[in-house]
Amino acid sequence: MKSNKIYSYWLLLPALLIYALLFLYPTVVSFFFGFTRWTLTEWEWIGFENFRMFFEEPSLMIGFKNTFIFAFLTAGLKVVVGIFLAVILTSKLKTKRFVRSTIFFPVLVSTIAVGITFSVLMHPSEGLINVVLGMIGIDGPDWLGNPNLAIYSVALVDVWKGLGIATVILIAGMMSIPNDYYEAIQIDGGNKWNAFVHITLPLSRPAINTVVMLALIGGLRTFDLVWAMTGGGPGFSSDLIASIIYKQYQAGFYGLSTAGNVLLFLIVAIIVYPIFRFLNRKEVDL
Amino acid sequence: MSQTHSMTQSNQVNSKEKQKKNAIQLIIEIFAVIVCSIFFLVPFYFIIVNAMKNSADAAQLSIAWPTEFRIWENIVEVIQARDYMLLTAFFNSTVITVVSIVILIFVGSMAAFVLHRRVSKLSKTLSGLFLAGLMIPPAVVPTIWVLEQFGIFKSFTGIILVEAAIQIPFTILLYTGFIAAIPKEIDEAAIIDGTGGLQLFTKIIFPMLKPVHSTVIILNAVTIFNDFVHPLYFFPGSENATVQLTLYNFMSMFNTDWNLLFANVLLITIPPFILFLFFSEKIVSGMAAGAVKG
Repeated sequence: MKSNKIYSYWLLLPALLIYALLFLYPTVVSFFFGFTRWTLTEWEWIGFENFRMFFEEPSLMIGFKNTFIFAFLTAGLKVVVGIFLAVILTSKLKTKRFVRSTIFFPVLVSTIAVGITFSVLMHPSEGLINVVLGMIGIDGPDWLGNPNLAIYSVALVDVWKGLGIATVILIAGMMSIPNDYYEAIQIDGGNKWNAFVHITLPLSRPAINTVVMLALIGGLRTFDLVWAMTGGGPGFSSDLIASIIYKQYQAGFYGLSTAGNVLLFLIVAIIVYPIFRFLNRKEVDL
Repeated sequence: MSQTHSMTQSNQVNSKEKQKKNAIQLIIEIFAVIVCSIFFLVPFYFIIVNAMKNSADAAQLSIAWPTEFRIWENIVEVIQARDYMLLTAFFNSTVITVVSIVILIFVGSMAAFVLHRRVSKLSKTLSGLFLAGLMIPPAVVPTIWVLEQFGIFKSFTGIILVEAAIQIPFTILLYTGFIAAIPKEIDEAAIIDGTGGLQLFTKIIFPMLKPVHSTVIILNAVTIFNDFVHPLYFFPGSENATVQLTLYNFMSMFNTDWNLLFANVLLITIPPFILFLFFSEKIVSGMAAGAVKG
């Protein structure tokens, strides 16, 4: 390619410099400092000690469980509810602009503001959610105060906030399906359910994959919502890996915190990459 | 033709059925609006109504109508709290957001231009490296360590460069999608005219990217303005407050002024709300497009 010369790497350099220095380089050195006891000025090599801590301390171990629950639950709900909404919002509904805008707006609101608001709405006795549940005779749970429930409550709020983006991506996917397919299935005598199962679902596969990937990546890395709603509590019951990284950093255990970062990196790589490959392979099979 | 004919025929035959269908349609419409309002508007109503109350009313945590309207007093009190911390925070957040977006526009569009147009192994590898940033969680303490080496930890320079570094992958993704749609013939014509690479980019390509520039500005503005985590880590210190951190001004273990807290929530939600009012189509299509191409 002779014309390559004109697309000089000099134009790429500023972006690469910023990105390499403040993103790639820290990521690379984390694989060293994760194995040390570290004060930012001095370090001492301690081998796998930090990682051993992560797997032995119950207060750290719980972060893994919660991170998986959080990521898979939010991804699953966003896809399922998102598909349902996208089907409705691609129909002839006259109010769809209103509905779509309302569902989408929380995407733009700060996570901390959403977290604080919902922690009030989820107050066990005075919170609006339990007050309403009480009116129809249901004794609402202590959403954030019950250690077995807290992480699920936070996950629900994450779905509430992120549903808009999932729905919008799925709508874009469904809108790109040519109408001919639907006409064909109608001629063959198929009903709406057939059309959904045989056309809408398989043909919006790329959009569904995108939503799954985005939700998983986001879910595995989440920190701010948990921090705003429960602070990882009660106890450590709703801590995620990302919130443990923060807590260890605050406590001055920089090596341990960095080991958490390394683990999070590995988990994202181990979970997201195979799923990415798997989802894309399926697409080719179609 | 025959289809329309049969349709009018069935219309006459089934006008009653059609009425029934319309009724069902209407019920679905109303149902959709109500359900969606309950789930998605009530929380915002809750914020607004509590921002208007006095301290005692707000402590009830209810959606009842305020007994006394104090929205203006609350806002003034929020702004004055902690020696006008909210104003400092708005100033800081605005500086961080604006400067990092300016950097992202220039740096991101240039990089995307080269990454898309240049056909070589190296540029493919670099593309992969940039895309990886969409997945990899930033390493917290090592980033602080790097910032300290350069003496820019806790400084505007530091947080701005970190925000830029973190948003570069997504920005490049948006630009690449658009540059791919610009025909290469334009480049070739410029090359024949003897235009250099830098000129080709600044004079011809960059102005053509206007629609993406606005998408890049809006999406990054929302993300960076709403960012809580990175300022928390890389821009600590009380004089360094950003808007998201001001929410914690009114919360304490023993006594939270809920009316002030929600007035604060209201104030910091105004900028994204304005963006949403004017650019909702752009935001929605930008997010969907960026995501689908990823």
